[in-house]
Amino acid sequence: MNVLIYLIPVALFLGGIGLAAFLWSLKSGQYEDLDGAANRILIDEDDDEKIS
Amino acid sequence: MAKIALETQGNLTAGRSYDLGGNCCSGGAMALGDAISPAADLDDFINADPTAFAETDQDGNAILHTLVENMHCANCIKTIEQTLQSNPSVLEARVNFSTRRLFLRWRPEGVDVSDLVKPVIALGYPLTPYNSAMIKSAIAEENTHLLRALAVAGFAAANVMLLSVSVWAGLFSEDMGPATRDFLHWISGMIALPAVAYAGQPFFRSAIAALRAGRLNMDVPISLAVILAAGMSLAETIQSGEHVYFDASVTLLFFLLIGRYLDNAARSKARSAAERLLLLKAVAATIVLPDGKFKTVSVEAVTPGTHVRVMVGDRLPVDGEVVKGRSDIDVSLITGESLPSSVGAGDDVFAGTLNLSAPLEIVATKTGDNTLLGDIVRLMEAAEQGRANYVRLADRIAGFYAPAVHLLAAGTFIGWWILAGSWQNALMQAVAVLIITCPCALGLAVPVVQVVASGRLLMKGILVKAADGLERLSEVDTIVFDKTGTLTEGRLDLVNRDEISVRHLDLAARIGRNSRHPLARAVARAGKGAGEYLEVEEWPGEGLRSLVSGKEVRLGSRSFCGVRDDASSDIIPGPELWLSIEGEDAIQFRFQDRLRPDALATIKNLKARGFKIDLLSGDREAVVRDLAENLGIENWYAQKKPEDKVAHLKTLEAAGRKVLMVGDGLNDAPALASAYVSLSPASAADISQTAADFVFQGRDLSAVIETIQVARASRRLIFQNFSLAFLYNAIAVPLAVAGVVTPLIAAVAMSASSLLVCLNSLRLRLHGKGSTG
Repeated sequence: MNVLIYLIPVALFLGGIGLAAFLWSLKSGQYEDLDGAANRILIDEDDDEKIS
Repeated sequence: MAKIALETQGNLTAGRSYDLGGNCCSGGAMALGDAISPAADLDDFINADPTAFAETDQDGNAILHTLVENMHCANCIKTIEQTLQSNPSVLEARVNFSTRRLFLRWRPEGVDVSDLVKPVIALGYPLTPYNSAMIKSAIAEENTHLLRALAVAGFAAANVMLLSVSVWAGLFSEDMGPATRDFLHWISGMIALPAVAYAGQPFFRSAIAALRAGRLNMDVPISLAVILAAGMSLAETIQSGEHVYFDASVTLLFFLLIGRYLDNAARSKARSAAERLLLLKAVAATIVLPDGKFKTVSVEAVTPGTHVRVMVGDRLPVDGEVVKGRSDIDVSLITGESLPSSVGAGDDVFAGTLNLSAPLEIVATKTGDNTLLGDIVRLMEAAEQGRANYVRLADRIAGFYAPAVHLLAAGTFIGWWILAGSWQNALMQAVAVLIITCPCALGLAVPVVQVVASGRLLMKGILVKAADGLERLSEVDTIVFDKTGTLTEGRLDLVNRDEISVRHLDLAARIGRNSRHPLARAVARAGKGAGEYLEVEEWPGEGLRSLVSGKEVRLGSRSFCGVRDDASSDIIPGPELWLSIEGEDAIQFRFQDRLRPDALATIKNLKARGFKIDLLSGDREAVVRDLAENLGIENWYAQKKPEDKVAHLKTLEAAGRKVLMVGDGLNDAPALASAYVSLSPASAADISQTAADFVFQGRDLSAVIETIQVARASRRLIFQNFSLAFLYNAIAVPLAVAGVVTPLIAAVAMSASSLLVCLNSLRLRLHGKGSTG
C-alpha cells in the first residue's frame, strides 16, 4: 500500500490544478460573456484572408 | 470564404431567435434597418452627457461603459469593435454580447468621445452611456460566489469519492487493514471539512436567516444534515470507526449547488434584460434659465416652479402646466388611450407622457416622487408588498417535511437508547437517519424543473422574471386583459386604404412623414411612395399644411380641412384624418388600433380551457365595447384609472379567484404588481415590465397560452419529483431507523434519487420539442 503515499498527493495535485484553472478562468472574466464567445468564434481574425 | 462563414453563421444561430432576432445581418445592415434615425441617436448620446460617465484608469486613459442596441450576431461584434479600433486613439473596444454592453478605453488627449463613437452610431447601433458602479447587481456577484463554491465542492466530491471507492472496495475484498482505512478517512476528512465550510455557506446563511425569522425552509434540514454528517464522520475517524460520511456530505453539497446555480443564473439573465430597459431611458431635463438660456440637468435637480423645455419626441420629466407652445401629447402610457390629447398654455401635463408635435415650455408643479408617475410607482410598490407573502411550494413542503424528519431522528435516538442502551450508538443511528433523509432530491425538485421550463419559454421569447412565477401561474383561473398594446398592437393603422387613390395616399404619406403624431405616422406607414421632401408646417392639435405645385394641401382634423360636421356619415367611431387639396373634395382616412393577429383565437382557446376572461381598459367606452364584442369577451370595463384596476383585481381576489393580469401600459403597472401573477409584452412600458412576472416578445398573444401550459406542466413535474423523493425516503428511512445503513448505501441512494429527479425534469424539454417541432 506504499503506493498510496505518492498516488494520493498526485491525485490531489491534479485535481488542484483543475480547480485552480477554473477559479482563474472565473476571475479573469471568461464566464461573463458566454453568448459573445459563441459568436466570436465565427469572426475571421485575419483581415487579409477575407478575399479568397 | 467570408460568404461561407456568413451562411454557416445563419444556420448556427437560426434556432436561437430569442437573442438574435431570427436572421443574421451582414455588417450591420440589419441594425441599420432597426435604427430609426442614427442622427437622432447621436443627439441622444450627446445629450446623455457621456463625459460625466467617463472614468479615468490608473494610466490616465479614459474609460466609458455603454449599452448597445441592435446587435444581432458575430458580424455586429466585429463591425463595432473594428470600427472603434480603427481610430488611433482607441486602446481597447470590447463588446459583451450577453449583456449588450460595450467597454471603451482610449487616450483622452484632444479626443471627444462623441466623435469616437459617431461612426458606430451611424452604422445603426445606438449607444447609451451608463454608470458601471450602478449596474453591478448583487445577483451577479452571488452567481460568481455560487460558481466558486460549486468548483470547490466539485473538486472535493471527486477526490473524496476516489478515496471512498477504495474504502468500499476494501470492504468487499476484506483485505484492507484498519490502518489503511483510517488513513484514507483522515485524508477524506482533510479535503471534505474545509470544502464543507466553504461551499456550504450559501445554505448555512439561508438556513440561519430562516430560523431567525421563525420559519423553516429546505436549507435547514440540508445544513443540519451536512454539518452533522461531517461532524459525526470526524468523530468516527478519530475513533477509527467505519461509518464515515464525508463523501455523502460533499456530493450532497455539489448536487445542491448545481441546482442553486442554475436557478440563480436563469433569474439573473431575465433580470439583466429588464435592468437594461430601465437604463435606456434618458433621465435628463432641459431647464430654462432666467436669462433665457437652456441647460441640461438631471431630473432630480428640477424643483417646482422651474421652467422646463420639452422638445418634440421627448418624455415629460415632471408634472407641470404649459406656459408656452401648443402641442399634442401622447398620454397612452398613463391612460391607455391611443389618441393623443392636444394641449396649450394653461393645461396640465404629466410626467412620463410624450410630446409629439411642437416644443413646449412648462412650469414644473410636481417633481420626482410627487408626480402622477411617482404615485403610480408607489401604488405598484404597495401592491408588490402583498405578493411577497406568497410561500413557495418547496418551502411549504419543507414546512412539514423538516419537523417530520427531525422528530423521526429524535425518535430513533430515544428508541435505540432504550433498546440498545448505549447513547453513543443511538446518536450514530439518529445522525444516519438525518443524513439519509437529507432532501437532496427535494432540493433539486424545483430548481431543475424551473431551469428547464425557463429555457423552453426563452426559446419562444418569453422571459421568466419571478422565480416563483411559474408556480403561481399554474394556479390561475381568471385572466384580466388590458386593451391598448395588449389585445391590440398599440398603434393605429389605416383601415380604408381601398377607398383612397394611390396618388392621394402617397401625397398624404409624404406630408405625414414630417410629424410624430400617431395618425400622421400611420399614414406615412401606409403609403410607400417616396417623393421629394416637402416643406410642411405643423399646426399642433389640428394638422399639417403644405404647398404642392402651387396648391395648398392640408392633412388634419375635420375642422382644419374645412369639412362640415355631417359629411361622410360613416358609423365607425374610430379616429380619422382628412386630406384636402385646394379645389378638390376632401378625402377621409380612417384608422383603427388593430387587434394582435391571433387575439381572437387566443381568447377562444383560453375560454375553451375554462378561464374567466375580463377586459379592463382606460380607454373610452365605445372603443372598448366594440373590441369586447369582436372578441366575445362579456366582462368588459372601460375608463378605468390605475387605482380602479387594482380595486377590480382586489374584488376578484376577495371572491377567491387567482388572477393573471396581462397588460402593458404604465397605467397597468400597479395592477400587474397586485395581480396573483402577471405577464406583459416586451413592447410595454419599462415599469410594467419590471412589475410583471413574465415578459413575452413578438406579436403573438398565444404566448399567454404557451406560458400557462408550461407552468402547468412544470407543476405536474414538480409534484412528480416530490413523489419520487418521498418514495426514496419511504424505502431508505426504515433502513436508517433500523440501523442497517452504511455509507455506501447512503451514497448510492442519494445519487440515484437526484439523478432520477433530474432526468424526470428533463422530460419537459422533450415534451416541448415534440409538440412544437
